[in-house]
Amino acid sequence: MNTRIKNLRTQSLTAINKLSPERAMLVTEFYKSDLAKQVSIPVKRALTFKHILENKKICINEGELIVGERGPAPKETSTYPEVSLHSMQDLEILDTRPKVWFRVDDETKKIYKEEIIPFWKGNSQRDKIFAQLPEEWKSAYEAGIFTEFQEQRAPGHTVAGKKIFQKGMLDLKKDIHESIQTYEKQGGAESKSKIEELKAMDIAADAIVSFAHRYSTELIKLAEIEKDQKRKAELIEMARICYKVPAHAPETFHEMLQHYWFIHLGVITEVNPWDSFNPGRLDQHLFPFYKRETDKGTLSKDKAIELLQSFWIKFNNHPSPPKMGVTALESNTYTDFALINLGGVKEDGSDAVNELTYILFDVIEEMRILQPSSMVQISRKNPDSFVKRAIHITKTGFGQPSFFNTDAIIKELVNQGKDLIDARNGGASGCVETGAFGTESYILTGYFNLNKILEITLHNGTDPRTGKQIGIKTGNPGIFSNINELLEAYKKQLCYFADIKLKGNVIIEKLFAEEMPVPFLSLIIDDCIANGVDYNAGGARYNTSYVQGVGLGSITDCITSIKYNVFDKKKISMDGLLKAMEANFEGYDQLRHDLIYETPKYGNDDDYADMHAVDVFNIFYDAINGKPTYRGGVFRINMLPTTSHVYFGSVMNATPDGRKAFEPLSEGISPFQGADKKGPTAVLKSAARIDHIKTGGTLLNQKFSPSFFKDDQSITKLTHLIRSYFRMDGHHIQFNVVSAATLREAQKHPEKYTDLIVRVAGYSDYFNDLGESLQNEIIRRTEHEEV
Amino acid sequence: MTGTIFDIKHFAIHDGQGIRQTIFFKGCPLTCWWCHNPESQSIKPEKFTRVNKLDNKEFLKKVTIGYQVSVEELFKTISGDKIFFEESNGGVTFSGGEPLMQSEFLFEIAQACKQNGIHTCLDTTGFAPEKTIQEIAGVIDCFLFDIKLIDNEFHKKYTGVSVDGILRNLKWLDKNHKNVILRFPVIPGITNTEKNLNDIKAFIATLKNTHHIDLLPFHTISKSKYKRFNKEYKMGDTPALSDDDLLLLKTKFESTGMKVSIGG
Repeated sequence: MNTRIKNLRTQSLTAINKLSPERAMLVTEFYKSDLAKQVSIPVKRALTFKHILENKKICINEGELIVGERGPAPKETSTYPEVSLHSMQDLEILDTRPKVWFRVDDETKKIYKEEIIPFWKGNSQRDKIFAQLPEEWKSAYEAGIFTEFQEQRAPGHTVAGKKIFQKGMLDLKKDIHESIQTYEKQGGAESKSKIEELKAMDIAADAIVSFAHRYSTELIKLAEIEKDQKRKAELIEMARICYKVPAHAPETFHEMLQHYWFIHLGVITEVNPWDSFNPGRLDQHLFPFYKRETDKGTLSKDKAIELLQSFWIKFNNHPSPPKMGVTALESNTYTDFALINLGGVKEDGSDAVNELTYILFDVIEEMRILQPSSMVQISRKNPDSFVKRAIHITKTGFGQPSFFNTDAIIKELVNQGKDLIDARNGGASGCVETGAFGTESYILTGYFNLNKILEITLHNGTDPRTGKQIGIKTGNPGIFSNINELLEAYKKQLCYFADIKLKGNVIIEKLFAEEMPVPFLSLIIDDCIANGVDYNAGGARYNTSYVQGVGLGSITDCITSIKYNVFDKKKISMDGLLKAMEANFEGYDQLRHDLIYETPKYGNDDDYADMHAVDVFNIFYDAINGKPTYRGGVFRINMLPTTSHVYFGSVMNATPDGRKAFEPLSEGISPFQGADKKGPTAVLKSAARIDHIKTGGTLLNQKFSPSFFKDDQSITKLTHLIRSYFRMDGHHIQFNVVSAATLREAQKHPEKYTDLIVRVAGYSDYFNDLGESLQNEIIRRTEHEEV
Repeated sequence: MTGTIFDIKHFAIHDGQGIRQTIFFKGCPLTCWWCHNPESQSIKPEKFTRVNKLDNKEFLKKVTIGYQVSVEELFKTISGDKIFFEESNGGVTFSGGEPLMQSEFLFEIAQACKQNGIHTCLDTTGFAPEKTIQEIAGVIDCFLFDIKLIDNEFHKKYTGVSVDGILRNLKWLDKNHKNVILRFPVIPGITNTEKNLNDIKAFIATLKNTHHIDLLPFHTISKSKYKRFNKEYKMGDTPALSDDDLLLLKTKFESTGMKVSIGG
């Protein structure tokens, strides 16, 4: 990396995370204006977007080649009071909490106290949502049965498709006008609202163009005073580019990166969509630009790398918007889950790996930063050399890239009724979520605590922590005479809570569809323009809402333990087991030992346990899959935790698998920490027992000590291990490669390990930023792996 | 038909080509001083006390090392990993102990694997009657054949048996074009002496079809195993080998034209 990139990287890594009131002030200012009161909701949202982009500070960092910041400076992070309003207490917590803090200065606090909070209190989406959700939803939410993504971030889980790399805003405006003409001809009330939405999209398209022009103007000013002739020429070229894109379709490599970046900024400025917006199949989109220019001799490989590195830094400058309340606990990270996809297959189904794929590997390896994150899509058609190159990066221990099964992703998408071409243009985003890039709105709605529901079932509908009856009465557990009767009761409880969750989502989706349209994002995702319908209202070609199951390993172990110890071996009665759990195993050491060491566990290729993973998976699937959403799509499941398995464990007492109260649950579809004793092949076979193709993504974490990566032969064997799992339809696998000793040192001396990145759950994060319990969990699982 | 085994290791990546499942047979006619699996030496099941730790408390648990398994059961376990074998060109490795001590059982399980397209490796001391090794060669795709000490007196002293039959078996396999990878345990002061190295090099020079040797470095991890299983540890304070020593040794063997890897 050259000096310029080194400096930009250092700037990005050392910039102070700070809460910026700029956006909140501009939004509030516009909402107070007379104009805002005279227009339709979509147009109001578009004009708000325009107002922000016309008035926000322009930031150009020294030496950078790609420009544009969401806030006034790198890591100065916007807030979104119209979606969720931070209280003064929230600001205090953000400022002072020991990890993942955002500095809030006195001036910002004053602005919040005097202007932002008085205007938005009771009027944010969050306030409206909580006012409309029924009591039983709130009880379940407070008990930790599920979380809700849209209570503080707007829906938005989607990824750019190839359209935006081929069209400029002026092209999209043409499409908009054609669509308007169609609906004008049709007439009627529905067409009228569509035309309003399309007008809003048109305003949003103009807004991003004028924002780019502001950059262009500023770059010219800088060029005029620049003494260094080389930099002066760069600034002039950048000014030219910002004048051209995103108004027009990009034609050069540099133009394309800048074009995308403006679009990215637009998406994350309009609202705070949760989350993951990114360029998707970057090696596919970029390759034609790269090829054309290198063939012509107008772009060198070094220049391409420098531009990509400059592009990479832009992502890292943008932390996830500051959270509040319980979400801060469940997903405590600066990461905003932009996951670049490499490899996979082309539209015609052929191997998509190209020269640029390998260049991007070099960039990832050299940059070593959190965002953007990266993954490889591996199809049967991709060569082993591609997989091995990716493992060579993983072995350096920062958790990227992770490994995805392209063939499974395509099957998952086609199983959901999508067109084969759309499926091949898809991939995974966020942590592991499957989506058709550029054509699908696939919203994550919240984590679902599969284990807490068993706890409620074992207490006949009552939450033992609070004594509150929050579930239905499915019978005193003493009456169950075999495991199937217990599973039957569990199923009833789960369906009850799933219904509550889905009904809540319908309310929330309706609120977003009606009150928080996103005309800018709607420009990007097909077929919002053609349909004249907003992204948040079902305008995309495909609309999916996901509920994420958490703790498959733990729940399987709990059910297996009851079957083994209570029903089959009769080592203890159900009441005896419940009593020991209630006592948090105090005075039951031997029993707890037997539950942990002498009971079959998920993750060992043992049918006795694994069959219950399938049972629970199917119960969960049947309760959710195919139910209608408000936006005209359906609910589906995926199996990923981010960090919610820690939060979900913290709301639970001791469990039948020997886990003590408040400790974390298992994550993703991985075995419980330390429960897998037969090595990775056994884990993969257990994990492949559930039908991955029916999901929208599963997450499997596999820990390896560095010794597994020591030479080319070992890496070849890991390649085969991945291929085997994918042949069994496994969706995703990721590797954590750090020794436990290193982690313990890092915990003792965090100051010496500020750059230590570990794989958490579908993403990598700074070890120092993780809470202590999560740090301990990662140390435990690493230790276990090393034995 | 049943045999006695004491462990199964899945995802074994140092016991032959590809991803392997290694079956550890119990019982060995040799008593090598440096043996890394002292619990494998007796063919009889042995009881010992395992210590499980939980929250700083120790739980003692009586366990038996070694159990009977039928050919059918074992074959089911082995073929459970078939998908990994197929993807990696791997297979099953029979190790121990000395699998040839249970030659009939070994023959049946190896034959079942071969008939079902599973690649078979035998990790062996080579100490067996000629007839046994010649029969087994029909169902084994690759031999991982130990070569320790050439001098018969030293061999007897440190392993308890004569080396003559072992070398004869090795020559027979070589002559009959069987796939053999030699494995040389590098034991400071015992096998890693100038004389023994020269002897081995001279012996290798007489082989025609064997071109691979794995250097298996001595390590001290097994010391705690001796304590755990209540066995006498004869290696005293012998230190583990340094990486530099191994690299030097690797170069020495490479000069004979062999393909050399460290650790198998």
